[in-house]
Amino acid sequence: MTTTLEPLLRQHPLFADMDDDTIHRITGCAKNVRFRSGDVVARQGEAADQFFLIREGRIALEMPAPQGGAARLQTADAGDVVGWSWLVPPYHWHFDLRAVSEVRAFSIDGRCLREKCESDPRFGYQMMKQFSTLVADRLEATRLQLLDLYGSPGPGTHP
Amino acid sequence: MSNILHTPDPAALRLGTMLPEPFVVVERNEETADTFTLTLCPAGEGAARSFEPGQFNMLYAFGTGESAISISGSPEKTEGLVHTIRRVGTVTSALDRLVLGDVVGVRGPFGSPWPMNEARGRDLVFVSGGIGLAPLRPAILHALAHREDYGRIVILAGARSAPDVIYHEQLHSWMEESGVEVKLTVDQAGSGWHHHVGVVTTLIPRARFDSSNAIAMVCGPEIMMRFTAMELARAGLSDDQIFVTLERNMKCAVGICGHCQFGPGFICRDGPVFRFDRIRHWFSQREI
Ligand SMILES: Cc1cc2nc3c(=O)[nH]c(=O)nc-3n(C[C@H](O)[C@H](O)[C@H](O)COP(=O)(O)OP(=O)(O)OC[C@H]3O[C@@H](n4cnc5c(N)ncnc54)[C@H](O)[C@@H]3O)c2cc1C
Repeated sequence: MTTTLEPLLRQHPLFADMDDDTIHRITGCAKNVRFRSGDVVARQGEAADQFFLIREGRIALEMPAPQGGAARLQTADAGDVVGWSWLVPPYHWHFDLRAVSEVRAFSIDGRCLREKCESDPRFGYQMMKQFSTLVADRLEATRLQLLDLYGSPGPGTHP
Repeated sequence: MSNILHTPDPAALRLGTMLPEPFVVVERNEETADTFTLTLCPAGEGAARSFEPGQFNMLYAFGTGESAISISGSPEKTEGLVHTIRRVGTVTSALDRLVLGDVVGVRGPFGSPWPMNEARGRDLVFVSGGIGLAPLRPAILHALAHREDYGRIVILAGARSAPDVIYHEQLHSWMEESGVEVKLTVDQAGSGWHHHVGVVTTLIPRARFDSSNAIAMVCGPEIMMRFTAMELARAGLSDDQIFVTLERNMKCAVGICGHCQFGPGFICRDGPVFRFDRIRHWFSQREI
């Protein structure tokens, strides 16, 4: 399986600056997955044993809204990485993931990758660097989202 | 910074630029709960006005006051002036009370345009936040009307939530055009929303354009434009490929009164559209 997946994985932006050995190790934990529009991909509180590299389609991060239903907090598209809970104890999803369209993705087994990180600190450090960049980007985007950039101007917001 | 300054125009105070002309409201559309679009035609014998994408008019709600409002219709159609207005205070609330047949005073058009000539032969990246789509719409309509003059057209539009999206139908019709990529994102959504969720800057790495040969035109709140410029730079655009439009309270609109001073320049006379490298320094000063 890995022999056919590796060239496909290489096309994903996450692997743009990774060396062959690192890609090879990740490929060993990867499999192809598909979701139909509306499918629940992951559920808040469940074990986060995997993360996803989207190849096609859109996945939404949702949380139950206080007024009922689901609040859609963010969406991820082809080229995006979804999920970093696999790297942070207690390894549980912090939100629901739902396919908004047909989705093709690579699912990476988090437990398998964690074991490789533990046994090879150099590889582990590389993973940490890669994912801390992702987390920092996500955090910055979330902060901007919290600013309510386009909302009604309050008094004194404009000279 | 002197390159943003123009010599004061002694003819700026010509009666024509200071005297509002009466225009009649001939059409009114509600865009969102607080935003509406007026189409204005000259009252009586007055002549229709041509304008360049990015320019604005001073709209005078008689008895209340004047506001700078960008022209948001097609520059190819001069029979009616189209303005999309968000109700934020005294003047815009008075404009909101106008109904068909009411008269409003118009001065203009004023200000620097979007760089439609400079952008010929290049990919166009439009990035808007909220009502910022309104000042960009004439540039988008111009590019679509002269499709062969431009490369790919990318439109990235952000809004607070689905009900806050202006020009909803038009955005969807642009999605059908070939060579045009429209991405729509909101900050808050329910499960019925199928477009993106997240700030508009997150759309930039997902859009397809040739960064070495693209011109970006950005309009929205200043903080959004600042982060957009940073993300465009990450995508490979240099500051001289990025254009932004700035807003400050305005009075005369012809570079005399100084109300809209921005650094060493005046927004009404030197802007509102600026090339980013020419204002970058001032843009990052919080006090300005
Ligand atoms: C070149 C230019 C083009 C513009 N184009 C448009 C346009 O196409 N559509 C549109 O709706 N508006 C546009 N504006 C903004 C518009 O001019 C102001 O919103 C308007 O003048 C506010 O007047 P007011 O009397 O209703 O509000 P005021 O009573 O003066 O102010 C009420 C509240 O609104 C805030 N406010 C005032 N001006 C702005 C502003 N520019 N942005 C955000 N908050 C503000 C004030 O801080 C205050 O809290 C443009 C401004 C400029 C300079």
